[in-house]
Amino acid sequence: MSTARAIAAAVRSGERSAREVTEAALADVDARDDTIHAFLTVLRDEALAEADAVDATVAAGGDPGPLAGVPIALKDNLCTRGIVTTCGSKILDGWRPPYDATVVELLRRAGGVALGKTNMDEFAMGSSTENSAFGPTRNPHDTDKVPGGSSGGSAAAVAAGFAALSLGSDTGGSIRQPAALCGVVGMKPTYGRVSRYGLVAFASSLDQIGPFARTVEDAALLYDVMAGHDPLDSTSLPVDAPSTLETLEHGVEGIRVGVCGDLIDGCAPDVRARVQQAAEALSAAGAKVEEVSVPEFAFGLSAYYLIAPAEASSNLARYDGVRYGLRIDAEDAATMNTATRTAGFGDEVKRRIMLGTYALSAGYYDAYYAQAQRVRTLVMQAFDRAYTSFDVLLGATAPSTAFGIGELVDDPMAMYMNDICTIPSNLAGHPAVSVPFGTGDDGLPIGVQVLAPALAEALLLRVARVLESAAPTGGSQ
Amino acid sequence: MSGSNEPGGLSRDDVMHVAVLARLELSEDEVELFTAQLSSVLAHAADVAALDLSHLEPSSHPIPVENVLRPDVPRPSLDRAEVLAAAPSVEDDRFRVPRIGGEAP
Repeated sequence: MSTARAIAAAVRSGERSAREVTEAALADVDARDDTIHAFLTVLRDEALAEADAVDATVAAGGDPGPLAGVPIALKDNLCTRGIVTTCGSKILDGWRPPYDATVVELLRRAGGVALGKTNMDEFAMGSSTENSAFGPTRNPHDTDKVPGGSSGGSAAAVAAGFAALSLGSDTGGSIRQPAALCGVVGMKPTYGRVSRYGLVAFASSLDQIGPFARTVEDAALLYDVMAGHDPLDSTSLPVDAPSTLETLEHGVEGIRVGVCGDLIDGCAPDVRARVQQAAEALSAAGAKVEEVSVPEFAFGLSAYYLIAPAEASSNLARYDGVRYGLRIDAEDAATMNTATRTAGFGDEVKRRIMLGTYALSAGYYDAYYAQAQRVRTLVMQAFDRAYTSFDVLLGATAPSTAFGIGELVDDPMAMYMNDICTIPSNLAGHPAVSVPFGTGDDGLPIGVQVLAPALAEALLLRVARVLESAAPTGGSQ
Repeated sequence: MSGSNEPGGLSRDDVMHVAVLARLELSEDEVELFTAQLSSVLAHAADVAALDLSHLEPSSHPIPVENVLRPDVPRPSLDRAEVLAAAPSVEDDRFRVPRIGGEAP
C-alpha cells in the first residue's frame, strides 16, 4: 500500500478513485488477515460507501480533504456509531455505541475511509495483544511473535500494509511499544491535545489517542487532522495546535538532544546499539547531542502500575450489566453485577481491577496510591529539569525486539517491564514518538523513542523525520 | 483487612476481600494465582513505597484540571431509543434490573 500522502494526492486529483483504493485494501485484508488477525471487524459496506462519497465529492469538483480516500484502521476502543465496539472484551461483545468518537468524525470529515476495528488487549491492558478475548494478533514480520500492545492490531494493520494509517491509544506505551515491535511510526501526543470523546476510558489521567503510520510525514498528516480543542472533552486543551507538517523538514540544526541512559541501559544490547547509532545520526545532522541522566524515571513503572489500575478499577465499575454489554441474569442486582463481571472480564483486567481496588482501599491509599501520585510529581519535576538543558530526549522505545506469543503472558510483572521506557511520558502528559531504526540480531524491527515537552509535537516530529531519513535499511550492524 | 508476611504483604484473605469490593467472584485456583501475581507487582512497588516524598504534593493529572463550563443552552441529547437498544433489559423507556436491596456485601 502507498503512503497516505500519495493516496490522498491521487484521489484528490482524480487519478485514482477512493473506491478502487478501498476495494484493493479489503481484498488484501481478505487474503491475509486470517493469519495476522489485525481486525476484529472489517467495515466492508461502510468503507465502500464512504469511498463512494469521497469520489462523488471529487467528481463534483470539491475537495474531500487531506485524507481523501485513505484507508484507516481504528482501535476497537474508539466508539463508532452503530458499529460493534468491543475493547477486546467479552463484556462489550456486540455493543453498538450510539455516537462516534470525535477523532472518528474528524477523520471522516478529512476524507478518510474507516476500514475496520482493530484487535487490542482487553480494555487496553497489556503489551502483547494476547489479552484480547478474541485471540491474539500476530506480528507481520514474524507470525510466531507478538505485535506488542495494547494497540497491537492497529500497529499490525499498518505494518502488514492493510491500512495506510491507524489510530491507537497510549496509556503507558500502548502506541509506541507496538509501533517499535512492528517497525512502524507511532506517536503519543500531549495529554489533552487530541480529543478523547468516545475513547473508552482505561486510566483517565494517562489515556491519549495517537496515530500509527509507515512514515513520519503520514503520522504528522494524521496528527494534524486530529489535534485541537474539543468542547466535548473537558480535558481537551483550549489552545491552537500548530501544523506539524509545515515544519517537518526543518531539520535538527542546533537542537539540543539528551541521550537518556535511564531509557536505554536496561535494554537488550542490539537495542542499545541502535539508540547509540540514532544519537550519532542526529549529531551528524547538526544536533547538539549529549548524555543526560534522569534517575527518577526508574520509579515510573511502579507508580504507573498503581495509578493506572486505581483509575481503571473506578472506570470499569460501569460494566455492571445494566446499561450496555453483557448481563448474566440473577435473582438480585448485586449477584447479577458480580456474575456479569466475573464472566465478562479476562484475567488481566481482573488483576488490574483488584490491584487498583487494593491500592485505593482503606489503610493502603496513602502508602500506595497517594505515594504513586507523589512519584508522578517527582517524574514531572525531573522532566522539567532535563528540559532546561535539552530540547528533546532520546531513548529506546521497548527493551527488546518482539517476543514470542505465549512467552510472557503468564508472568504479569515481566510483561509490565515492556513499558519501562514509555511510561515516563504518560505520567508527565508529554508527547513522544517511536521511529523504526533498523533491526535487531534476530532481524526484527527496533524503534527508537524521541520525547519532547508538552505541546512540542512539531519539534518532536522534526527530530523523528531526521531519524527516519538516517535509519539503517536492514541488517543488524 | 488482614496482614501477611508474603512478599508485597498481600494475603489470600486480602485478595478475597478485594474481589468482593470489586464485584468479582474468584475460584480457589484464581485466588491462589492472583495472590502470587499481585504480590509480585506490589513487591516491585516497594521501591516507591519506601521513598520519602513528604515534601512533594501528589499529582492527579499531568496538567492542571479545572471545571469546564458551557453556556446553559438546551441541545439534543443522545437518541433514547438508540441508547436503550444497547441495554440487556428495558421496560417502559427505562433500564430494567433485578431486585435491589438486602444484598449489600
